[in-house]
Amino acid sequence: MAKRVNPDYWDKDIVKTEEPREYNTLNVGPTHPATHGVFQNVMLMDGEFIVSTEQTIGYIHRAFEKIAEHRPFYQVTPLTDRLNYCSSPLNNMGWHMTVEKLLGIETPKRVDYLRIIIMELARIADHIICNSVIGVDSGALTGFTYIFQDREFIYEIYEEICGSRLTTNMGRIGGFERNFSPKVWEKIRYFLKTFPAKLKEFETLLARNRIFMDRTINVGPITIDRALAYGFTGPNLRACGLDYDVRVMNPYCSYEEFDFVIPIGQNGDTYDRFMVRQEEMKQSMRIIEQALEKLDNMEDKETYYASDPRFVLPPKEKVYNNMEALIWHFKIVMGETDIPVGEVYHAIEAANGELGYYLVSDGGRTASRLHFRRPCFIYYQAYPEMVQGNMLSDAILTMSSMNVIAGELDA
Amino acid sequence: MFQIIPERNELVVTKLIENFGTSIDQHEILADMLCVTVKKEVVAELLLFLRDDQELQYNFLTTLCGMHYPEKEQLGVVYHLHSFVHNHRIRIKTTTHLTNPNVPSATTVWPSANWMERETFDFFGIIFKGHPNLKRILNVEDMVDFPLRKEFPLEDQTREDKDDSLFGR
Repeated sequence: MAKRVNPDYWDKDIVKTEEPREYNTLNVGPTHPATHGVFQNVMLMDGEFIVSTEQTIGYIHRAFEKIAEHRPFYQVTPLTDRLNYCSSPLNNMGWHMTVEKLLGIETPKRVDYLRIIIMELARIADHIICNSVIGVDSGALTGFTYIFQDREFIYEIYEEICGSRLTTNMGRIGGFERNFSPKVWEKIRYFLKTFPAKLKEFETLLARNRIFMDRTINVGPITIDRALAYGFTGPNLRACGLDYDVRVMNPYCSYEEFDFVIPIGQNGDTYDRFMVRQEEMKQSMRIIEQALEKLDNMEDKETYYASDPRFVLPPKEKVYNNMEALIWHFKIVMGETDIPVGEVYHAIEAANGELGYYLVSDGGRTASRLHFRRPCFIYYQAYPEMVQGNMLSDAILTMSSMNVIAGELDA
Repeated sequence: MFQIIPERNELVVTKLIENFGTSIDQHEILADMLCVTVKKEVVAELLLFLRDDQELQYNFLTTLCGMHYPEKEQLGVVYHLHSFVHNHRIRIKTTTHLTNPNVPSATTVWPSANWMERETFDFFGIIFKGHPNLKRILNVEDMVDFPLRKEFPLEDQTREDKDDSLFGR
């Protein structure tokens, strides 16, 4: 249960009357600068304190599950971009892996490592946004302006790989559309070299800052039991002290070969969520370093897609110069390949928690049903319980530390 | 692929048949997950049993979603459960006829089912008995249709250039 702030703390010298309290209704959102997205919270306020909250969601609902039933698998990738748009590559890779699971495609090790690099970069970018925004909401804009340069740099890496920045539509079923260029490797190595110092600088601004600590410690806490009952996953669950991480529990994409630590918190409050994300960024850097080392030790520097001509789009040069490749390209794009009947559930550790795809195929060109397990949607329902009894300004911080992304919430 | 643990799958099936008998319609392994189809009347008790049984401990509701089977005139609910203790996942399915879309609510077992059931109601019109606040969540409140049912059109129906048969439907 959320810790109820004792009003006696600040007005203990004022003589109180036993009059009934006067409650006010306050609309926070739908478009409010402090909510970072389209959320509405109708709050019943007792002065500065929140008595109860009613959430309204669905303002940017775009019916992805319905649209996905009418599109071939390749055309679903752009939809997944727009779920958690702060870390689109993670969603893309998760979707590709789900389809690979249904089709039974084995990806080469090199593809796995390339994917891991991209996924961890996306995780860092997402955590940068969340953590710096916690700073902004508590009044510390400086860290945000500095660290966003690195998020920008990660977007430049995306751009170098796939040509787009925010909604990346990156990769293909079975691998990538092209090999990473030398420029990409140069940028990744530059990022690995420069980012730790900047992250440390950012952390120094906030982590032991008295004002920041006072604003975040014991704000919006949740216990492990309640968090599990509410379906928390990802950094928010780990901040409560449970080391559940899909990368370790159900390794995918060769994560089992990597050596990293799952950071956990203790109290499940805003400060712990901040610190868990901060530590996860460092672990992500470790994973990228290991992946680079593994790639360097590999003989093969050319493989970037699985060799399964039935479902993997052939490289563009071959399509233009080779009859077979042209035929397969045409067949895949027009959905003429046989899709097996079946149903799979695949989950990845996205930046917010377990991002799951439940894909049911009836053998048609499109999925007969596709359900996204969106972590935000599931854990955001705990918000009223977490902020009840807290002050309004704490509720804003709680929301930003939960990293609720409107796109993922509303699908 | 999730790790397949045959002993666990067998244990779940044995225990469920032992306790729920004829209410278990079917069980099969689909890809990497055990999938048990049960009668809707027992689904809430069954989920509670799976959560609380000492040997099973499926303590986490990963996700809950609706299904529509137009050829059988049925609606379905699919639950994905995860036991953190044994690191094992199972899928529970239940169906209900279109004319009587009532399924017991799982909100008493997991509070997280609250919004997931509201979403399923919103899109499929499945009524969860015992849900504390069953109303639309993502769509507007005065909507009358259930958009994820197969008969609900996606495109503007006045257009003739987009033929569903071209997309395998």
